[in-house]
Amino acid sequence: MIIDLPRFVAAERPYWNDLHTALRKMEAEPERRLALEEIQRLHYLYERCSSDLSRLDTFSTEPELRAFLESLVSRAYSEIHETRTKTKFRWKKTVLAFPRAFRRHMGAFQLSLGVTLLGCAFGWFALHIDSRNRAFILPFGHADTTPSERVAHEEHAKQDPIQGVKATFAASLMTNNVRVTILAMALGLTFGAGTLIVLFYNGVILGAIATDYITGGQGLFLAAWLLPHGSIEIPSILMGGQTGFILAGALIGWGDRTPRIQRLRAVAADVVAIVLGASVLLIWAGIVESFVSQYHQPVLPYSLKIGFGLCELAALIFFLGWAGRE
Amino acid sequence: MSKRTTSLTIETPEGVEFSYDLATPVTRSLAWAIDIAAIFVITKLIDKGTESAVKLNSDWTTAIAVILYFVVSIGYAIILEWRWHGQTLGKRVLGLRVVDAQGLRLQFSQVILRNLLRIIDMLPLIYLVGGLACFFSRNCQRLGDLAAGTIVARERSVRPPNLEIVAPAKYNSLLAYPHLAARLRSLANPEAVGIAVRAVSRRDGYDPLARIDLFHELAEYFQSLVRFPDAAREGLTDEQYVRSVLRVIYGGSKG
Repeated sequence: MIIDLPRFVAAERPYWNDLHTALRKMEAEPERRLALEEIQRLHYLYERCSSDLSRLDTFSTEPELRAFLESLVSRAYSEIHETRTKTKFRWKKTVLAFPRAFRRHMGAFQLSLGVTLLGCAFGWFALHIDSRNRAFILPFGHADTTPSERVAHEEHAKQDPIQGVKATFAASLMTNNVRVTILAMALGLTFGAGTLIVLFYNGVILGAIATDYITGGQGLFLAAWLLPHGSIEIPSILMGGQTGFILAGALIGWGDRTPRIQRLRAVAADVVAIVLGASVLLIWAGIVESFVSQYHQPVLPYSLKIGFGLCELAALIFFLGWAGRE
Repeated sequence: MSKRTTSLTIETPEGVEFSYDLATPVTRSLAWAIDIAAIFVITKLIDKGTESAVKLNSDWTTAIAVILYFVVSIGYAIILEWRWHGQTLGKRVLGLRVVDAQGLRLQFSQVILRNLLRIIDMLPLIYLVGGLACFFSRNCQRLGDLAAGTIVARERSVRPPNLEIVAPAKYNSLLAYPHLAARLRSLANPEAVGIAVRAVSRRDGYDPLARIDLFHELAEYFQSLVRFPDAAREGLTDEQYVRSVLRVIYGGSKG
């Protein structure tokens, strides 16, 4: 029990000031490594202030003092008990965090791919049983013309259809696709149901468009049109779905007895790494879609476009599969 | 529905507790309204900036504007909360701060995650999902906070009571017994002292009989903690005794 508060404050204040100074220094230079003596001193000061705070617990007279000590102890606690690595920006480490996180959650990516493929199968089935369904399923005015008509139109176009708006088109594609990826991730909080719907719907559209072009005899055009940007864009959106399923898995926690907050905390950094990585890829995909994908034969030979798309896909697979392996 | 609390108490492994006062949905909404206004101002500035550049190259200028709008809408809170240790402009104005729900250091990934998940908290409009989540969660967390393991806390501004109003510095017979005064200071329950301070501050607004009862109860409580000699209490009404006690309690720290 504290009998003489002024004497107690006078005796302890130097330690509080020491801790305050040490914490300010650590907060100002988060990347600085402390020497062993500094760590020992910090721990001693933290324990001393904690003890002072508990001794002050019953004291109503010093709300400011108590608030000051609480603030000191909470700041020191966050520095001493934090076991996660400090956020230190290193280009290499940051870039490699993406494929490493991707590989750690391969199951979620496979689920994302599976749901999309299921949607593709549904899109194929819907057009297969009745071609009139294309009016309901195909987006962006694809149902207004047949694939053959579109190909004939594109291949004989005299003018660049997006002349003067290429950069704006690319910017719109980037922002829209990044938004869809973030949405697929965020909908993981609906225990994965929302993510599932977004991926399935994307799959239905993709499957229906592919069926429409392939049955219309325009498979080569489709590959040359989609591969340059799709080889990056589609995996990126799948990665958005992957992060949604990671979050959903942490929320549900099948067979995992750790508290939900701990499970979410454990996957947070990976989710962010994958979403940011996918967003960067989508910037590239937007540029390619606007500046490459929209040009067809004879301006750009199909073989060149398909080859370019396959190279991108191979590079992406290599990066995600092998970069940063330890 | 989880039982809602107004503060989050964290107990350290050393057995010491510290707490954060949780921000209410209303103050959080006000902070976000200020942030929306700030984002609006920034986008207007982008508009102004790109207006003149449109003449040079309309396509690229519009593309840059589209990207900047997107970056500002998504990145505003991320950048500010990271640079300002959990605060945006709105939170700074209203004295709020994003902190880790376990009292640990706020991580960059937490800041990004809670802000990216805003997209679902805003659904279907005006933060209905986030608002409901705040209402139903124990620590007033929207979905983004729940996933990122963060809370929004009110920064404390502890002001001592105005002693000249609650207990003017007149002769205080209790101070003639410093050992008992020190014992009273250490035994007085903070909540009871808070009630006494509020009772004294508002005493003129009470019904006369209720006022007598209230101060009688408070005086009995303080006497149950420390029994001052009758000489110290002589001539003091219960209300005067409580005011003398408050002067002892708060005045003691000035020593």
